[in-house]
Amino acid sequence: MSNDKKTGAQALVQALEDSGVDVMFGIPGGAILPAYDPIFDSKIRHILVRHEQGAGHAATGYAQATGRVGVCIATSGPGATNLVTPLADAQMDSVPVVAITGQVASGAIGTDAFQEADIRGITMPVTKHNFLVTDPKDIPRAIAEAFHIASTGRPGAVLVDIAKDALQTMTDYNYPKNIDLAGYHPITKPTDGSIRDAARLIAESSAPVLYVGGGAIKAEAHKELLQLAELTGAPVVTTLMALGSFPNSHPQHLGMPGMHGTVAAVTALQKADLLITLGARFDDRVTGKLSSFAPNAKVIHADIDPAEIGKNRRADVAVVGDLKLSIAALVPAVKDEFKKSKPDLGAWWKQVNSWRERFPLAYDLPSDGTISPQYVIERIGKISGPDSIYVAGVGQHQMWASQFISYEKPRTWLNSGGLGTMGYAVPAAMGAKVGAPNTTVWAIDGDGCFQMTNQELVTCALNNIPIKVAIINNESLGMVRQWQTLFYNERYSNTQLESKRIPDFAKLAEAMGCVGLSCEKPEDVDRVIHQAMEINDRPVVVDFNVHRDAMVWPMVAAGTSNDEIVVARSLAPIWDSQEL
Amino acid sequence: MSQQHPDSGIASRSATKVHTLSVLVENSPGVLARIASLFSRRGYNIDSLAVGPTENPLYSRMTIVINVEDHALEQVIAQLDKLINVISITELDPVASVQRELLLVKVTTNATTRSQVLETVQLFRAKVVDVAQDAVTVEATGNSEKIEALLRVLEPYGIKELVQSGLVALSRGLKPGLSTNTDSKG
Repeated sequence: MSNDKKTGAQALVQALEDSGVDVMFGIPGGAILPAYDPIFDSKIRHILVRHEQGAGHAATGYAQATGRVGVCIATSGPGATNLVTPLADAQMDSVPVVAITGQVASGAIGTDAFQEADIRGITMPVTKHNFLVTDPKDIPRAIAEAFHIASTGRPGAVLVDIAKDALQTMTDYNYPKNIDLAGYHPITKPTDGSIRDAARLIAESSAPVLYVGGGAIKAEAHKELLQLAELTGAPVVTTLMALGSFPNSHPQHLGMPGMHGTVAAVTALQKADLLITLGARFDDRVTGKLSSFAPNAKVIHADIDPAEIGKNRRADVAVVGDLKLSIAALVPAVKDEFKKSKPDLGAWWKQVNSWRERFPLAYDLPSDGTISPQYVIERIGKISGPDSIYVAGVGQHQMWASQFISYEKPRTWLNSGGLGTMGYAVPAAMGAKVGAPNTTVWAIDGDGCFQMTNQELVTCALNNIPIKVAIINNESLGMVRQWQTLFYNERYSNTQLESKRIPDFAKLAEAMGCVGLSCEKPEDVDRVIHQAMEINDRPVVVDFNVHRDAMVWPMVAAGTSNDEIVVARSLAPIWDSQEL
Repeated sequence: MSQQHPDSGIASRSATKVHTLSVLVENSPGVLARIASLFSRRGYNIDSLAVGPTENPLYSRMTIVINVEDHALEQVIAQLDKLINVISITELDPVASVQRELLLVKVTTNATTRSQVLETVQLFRAKVVDVAQDAVTVEATGNSEKIEALLRVLEPYGIKELVQSGLVALSRGLKPGLSTNTDSKG
């Protein structure tokens, strides 16, 4: 490409443009200041956030909504350390994010200089890879490699830390045409043998389940997944990270497995004779007590990351490769096997359907006439519809949003699954809306989460990013409170937020340049949602005052077996002896 | 640190074994920190780690000795392989590789014991590298068993101080070791 003299800062911005960046989220400061001068002239849209954590989650939301790499930028020291949480968050959920940080001048590194933090060392365990650049000629290559690493293989977070003097010094600009990293060659094509073995197990199984994880969305494998599901006729469960990869409305869909999954999904995994695991990682929130998880099942484990195979659960057949290619290869292989013999899943479906019918997802309406939080979330999903993007914080509202909104398409459900980062919703919704400006974006947030990162509504108001925020206000740290109710004798230590009294969320929203609405009565819920739907020139925040004691059900208590799933308080399914 | 696979009821529980990994890494700043951080974060126990230059100035070679179950070994290799700066990992079979440690040991001696110590040193094909009034310093190389045997024999004379390198190892013949993982990361 072009070979001309630039400052390191100009080289950085040029390299970002050459990497295809169209937007980034950040805040300037001393060490990164040289980069902000060429950013002023760049065609890249820079969105000035109010806190670096917001920049990081916005980059993540942008990436999850679009499938492209999200970019955030911050200065050295506290600017960089404020990115640690969103980087750990993105890495845990395999989201492609690149963070650029300024570092003190190379001569000052190691002297405890003003605003110095060893951000490369700090982020080593929470990124896929990171760089410290002290020579300006290395900047374009580091940026190109960062985007390559973040977006290929199992996606993840990459940080590029650049010393201030490297940004200020003149250099030749050379953007690498090809990237060849000696130690990085992700396997994308599965081996024929693994596909054949997997197809054979599928043809032998009379009680299979497709256990689908977030990899199905990362790999854009939803079309192939639908084909495989309909070909095998097997029940499908989609994890918290996979919601939308397979239509909720599909008759084979049993819902979400795990701690707050449906009885049918949890139990189907427990009783299956084969788990067809597609881009999932046997997370403890799905497996419950690992030693009693799916005890009679053989396991096919398809993933792009070989280190996931056998990490938690031994795999009988490992299919390492890009999930889109792996499923696409499985379809004809399974067809071939089915020509020889196709298993009858009739008895299996009879069992599965009985769980589905006996234990559907449900909730009770509060007897005191206050609003049920599940009802609010269900209505938002119904009124806004399956084309909207829903972004949740972490806690009860997140689980209800995963249960009571019907996801039909990939990239319409964004949340912090692995790290469980409270405060994720508002900035991630901002990033999603920037990436998908013509889509309605709802942040479903809790009153606790909202108070961690709501300052980004100022960013939204000033930058024409009209997101919608539903605060499910139960004036407490609801999920923690639920555990105190169930496991700590109703001793509510430090979970009472009093957020129906302080702050006034509607006024706070107005102060930040948003429309602030509130809703106190069940009969007003639809009207207020419609009102919010009509506001598209500004962000809108709705404070839904909901019943405080609502709990998330079903539940598998942490560390216990999935066999001990509880449908509602003190109500466990009674299994027929033949089912156990 | 000790390796404990949580809830490993389903994964097989086999006894731990000593494994020697030869890890080719990029010779760039921070690589040792990445490897140390990975072992610490995932709770893998390192018996010894030696690192040094190779025939190619771009690469360094680490010899890592770990004591883990077979299941955990697969995980260690897979997780190491995910590090971008790791080029390849080879498990070295003790029979099909040359494995050496370096020992420097200061042994207390007096007029009567000095000749006995020197005789022992000769028997082990070690050498004396420093002599003082009341001590000799012995240098020995060999595999772990030889070093341990030498130390057992010298111990009764009184060991004042000792230092030992980590194990370094190379496969025998032209071929690399047992299982090379060069192309398998996600």
